[in-house]
Amino acid sequence: MGCGRRLGGAGVSEENGEPDGDVEPAEGLDPPQGDLTTTESVLTAEATPRFERAARRADAWRGFFFAAPTYLYMLIFFVAPLGIVTMYSFATRNRTGGTDLEGWNLASYARLDEPIVRTIVFRSLWLAVVTTVICLLIAYPFAYFMATRTPRVRNLMLVFVMIPFWTNFLVRNYAWRVILENDGIWNDTAEATQTDTVVDWLLDLPHWMQWAIPDWIENLPSPLFSEVGIVLGLVYGFLPFMILPLYASIERIDLSLVEASRDLYASGRQTLRRVLIPLSKPGIVAGSILVFVPSLGAYVTPQILGGDKETLLGSYIVVQFLTARNWPFGAALSVVLLGIMLIATQIYFRNEGRTL
Amino acid sequence: MNPRTLLRLLATLLAFTLVAAACGDDSDTADAPSDDAPSDDAPSDDAPSDDADTGDDGCAAGETDGDLNLYNWAEYMDPELQAAFEAEFGVSVNEDNYDSNEAMQPIISAGNSGFDLIVPSDYMVSILIEAGDIAEIQTAAVPNLANLDPDFASGLPFDPDAKYSVPYQWGTTGLGVDLSVVGEDVPETWGLVFDPALREQYGIDGAITLLNDPRETMGAALKYLGYSLNSTSDAELDEAKVLVAEATGALAAYDSDQYDELLAAGNSAVAHGYSGNFIVQFDEADDPDQYAYFVPEEGGTRWVDNMAVVADAPHPCTAHTFINFLLDAENGAALTNWNYYASPNAASVEFIDPEVLEDPIVYPTDTSTLEFIADTGDFEINFTDAFIEAKG
Amino acid sequence: MSAGPARPRGTTRVALTANAVLVYVFFFAPIAILAVFSFSDDRLVGRWGGFTTSWYGDFWADELLKDSMWMSVRVAVLSTFVSVILGTMAALALERFRWKTQRFFDAVLYLPIIIPDVTMAVMMLLFFTWGFDITNDVFGTEFSKGFGTITLSHIAFNISFVSIVVRARLAGMSLELEEAARDLYATRWKTFRHVTLPQITPGIAGGALLALTLSLDDVVITQFVSGPGATTLPVRVFSMIRKGITPVINAVSVVMLVASLVLVALSLLIQRLRGGSITG
Repeated sequence: MGCGRRLGGAGVSEENGEPDGDVEPAEGLDPPQGDLTTTESVLTAEATPRFERAARRADAWRGFFFAAPTYLYMLIFFVAPLGIVTMYSFATRNRTGGTDLEGWNLASYARLDEPIVRTIVFRSLWLAVVTTVICLLIAYPFAYFMATRTPRVRNLMLVFVMIPFWTNFLVRNYAWRVILENDGIWNDTAEATQTDTVVDWLLDLPHWMQWAIPDWIENLPSPLFSEVGIVLGLVYGFLPFMILPLYASIERIDLSLVEASRDLYASGRQTLRRVLIPLSKPGIVAGSILVFVPSLGAYVTPQILGGDKETLLGSYIVVQFLTARNWPFGAALSVVLLGIMLIATQIYFRNEGRTL
Repeated sequence: MNPRTLLRLLATLLAFTLVAAACGDDSDTADAPSDDAPSDDAPSDDAPSDDADTGDDGCAAGETDGDLNLYNWAEYMDPELQAAFEAEFGVSVNEDNYDSNEAMQPIISAGNSGFDLIVPSDYMVSILIEAGDIAEIQTAAVPNLANLDPDFASGLPFDPDAKYSVPYQWGTTGLGVDLSVVGEDVPETWGLVFDPALREQYGIDGAITLLNDPRETMGAALKYLGYSLNSTSDAELDEAKVLVAEATGALAAYDSDQYDELLAAGNSAVAHGYSGNFIVQFDEADDPDQYAYFVPEEGGTRWVDNMAVVADAPHPCTAHTFINFLLDAENGAALTNWNYYASPNAASVEFIDPEVLEDPIVYPTDTSTLEFIADTGDFEINFTDAFIEAKG
Repeated sequence: MSAGPARPRGTTRVALTANAVLVYVFFFAPIAILAVFSFSDDRLVGRWGGFTTSWYGDFWADELLKDSMWMSVRVAVLSTFVSVILGTMAALALERFRWKTQRFFDAVLYLPIIIPDVTMAVMMLLFFTWGFDITNDVFGTEFSKGFGTITLSHIAFNISFVSIVVRARLAGMSLELEEAARDLYATRWKTFRHVTLPQITPGIAGGALLALTLSLDDVVITQFVSGPGATTLPVRVFSMIRKGITPVINAVSVVMLVASLVLVALSLLIQRLRGGSITG
């Protein structure tokens, strides 16, 4: 790629270990200074300072070169639109529900102080945390199991994790509703036994299995239209988001380390805690974010399986845009959510001592 | 998976879709994902050359200026009527669907949507008029306007002079009930939802669904209290909020989409919803007499969906011709016979199935207690806030 | 990769296997339900009305539905393809190099994951409308919303999801192999191609699958950036729920399911015929 050319380049300043300003890429972009100490470098510390600096500069160029297309894409097709919506958050809703781009004010932000907003935020955070923890508990052993299969089985397992999600998302949610209904297929089975097609037999399956189901389970209230239903739906919807990064990072671990740990008489639990989990941390972090964040903003699943009797953050924002037609307030809610979540993830990563 | 396998898989998928795309239509898109040039495949060649953009000359009756881009509710347009129009005028109708007025409005208001004809409900018509998003109807191009029932031809509150909109169909919002649960002699009142004693008496606690819509549900509570559902009094809205908050505890769900299915599946016994959906659902049931629909005696919502030509419509003349086509006596009747919503077309009455015409669900006998939802401007926010606070 | 020796044994093995089986049951239970009811002769999903294939006939006859399905597949595949390339490059840039404004870029990459759908929908609508107004006025272009804008928007959110999965793979991955390759005079490209890429492929595959899924599921953003004649399947289905979903939608899902199964089987077959060894 011709990127190595600059390695011997002249003009390295001697004062400090920082890369030279004049060869930094991305001058026109003017965002905040990067925190170099948290990023890993390809080069190790053994290099002489002079070469290290030169190599770092070259490295900086290469890094920027790799990032440039995506960078540009995101600036045009995400950051610019985000700028528009941020602008809207300072604007005013007019009589018809349009937004007047004048008379800039902070009224929308002032509304965030209302007690209802706090209630909604805490409820949503709680459900998102529960969803994330359940996903992690289910996905971790699953991903580990997958990573210890032969490559062919592994690939198949991976694909079969995703295939259910290539069907329509609304239809999947409604299928859950059918499963959870009071008068759904579980009770409908008696009718079905009158004929004897394969389908009927399938429908009848739960019926003859009922001897195995204890009474107290049968007497539980239906999870449909409750928070249990919401969590169930969210776990279903976002479990693959946990499995994929977990698998990608567990699969990378040299599992002979696990073996070694066992050879040294570590218990299974110790091995998990001291070896596996630390090594798969990037996957845990990435998966948690991919589950937690969308759960926080989810609104279709809570509506279909929760009955929308309590407002959650996702639907609160949707309602502002699509029912109240109060775009400034919807925009303000989104901007604050983005800001808080972004700061939270960055702090989280910094405490982990790395960018990811 | 090794990289080569992955690439091959991706390449196969890509090739597969490109072939499919090429078979699907003759456009040249699909391979230009780059930064610019978002190409569109539908309205290809006819748009620029028309004098549609100059448009002020007016359209003649029966004139067409390209294919019609119709933006409509799903399952609301009889495909056979659409085919008949295409055959008669030699243009095709591209239909796209929206699921709510509020999802359609921003797309139209943003401009350059490419759509010609939309079907907004009453209050949305007044919003679109005020925002300048829909054009005046060119009456010369729609001679069949004369077919409209006088009640609908003018004087509708959202467009008093009928300058911008032409009624498409209308219906009511009320309660659908499962008679096998509540019994034949159930009182026709909002009290079934808002009165704890009545709920207890008819055993419907936890078996009620309400529309997940601030205006409809707060409106129902306002009606129960004897107020107008367009009330802009904070005190009245607060009273309604207390009622809705109390009722929320007795609900199965708030649902605007599947309330009729929930009722038919036995998950609810009382469902708040739109007339036409209930009729279709009841007809499908093993025993249609098991269910009933009524607008409670305190009154309820009456709504009208209307055809309107988008202000920057690429093909306004085709749009007018289409409006005229639907206002034809037989076509209007065909539409009602197809989707069971009431027709505003007086000339159509003789062609509508008597069964539909005599159905009090489709054509309520007493419309005096019914109200249109009107846009309340800045007060809309209060409806939404009250509704969300009532849910808690 | 030593998969063999680390394979769990005894009760752990039983528990892990049971968990895996239960996960698949969980994943496929609603799929089984929707597949069963696609053959049910009753409009109401959940009420068995006898066997029929008429919903498949209805689907076949419904041009709108078929068009929207193709539109979905085209958008999904194209946006996945582009975002896998861009997302992987971004992940490499962030994990393997350090450069100025990196933290800013890092933050930007998280935003599409955090942002609520509807907010992104609104902002993309405004962006494309304003942008096209300007380009059409100034440069006389004829841009309008449709396939292109949908794909561009999907790429914008897919990049983030791909890059986060690939980064989870890259993060902390041993650099020794790459350094060894460099010591043996492999060029950077060769090192990447023969050392780095095979190692991160599971991450890329995961990211691609995720992107494909997200693209196939998106409703709100697509609805706001689409134009006449450019409706995707989820948007079409979403617009139908108010008037009642019929098992036609289930039939569509089953068709897509079967199609993806066939594709998977084909790719496995090709793999086997080529005798390609599978690594990573």
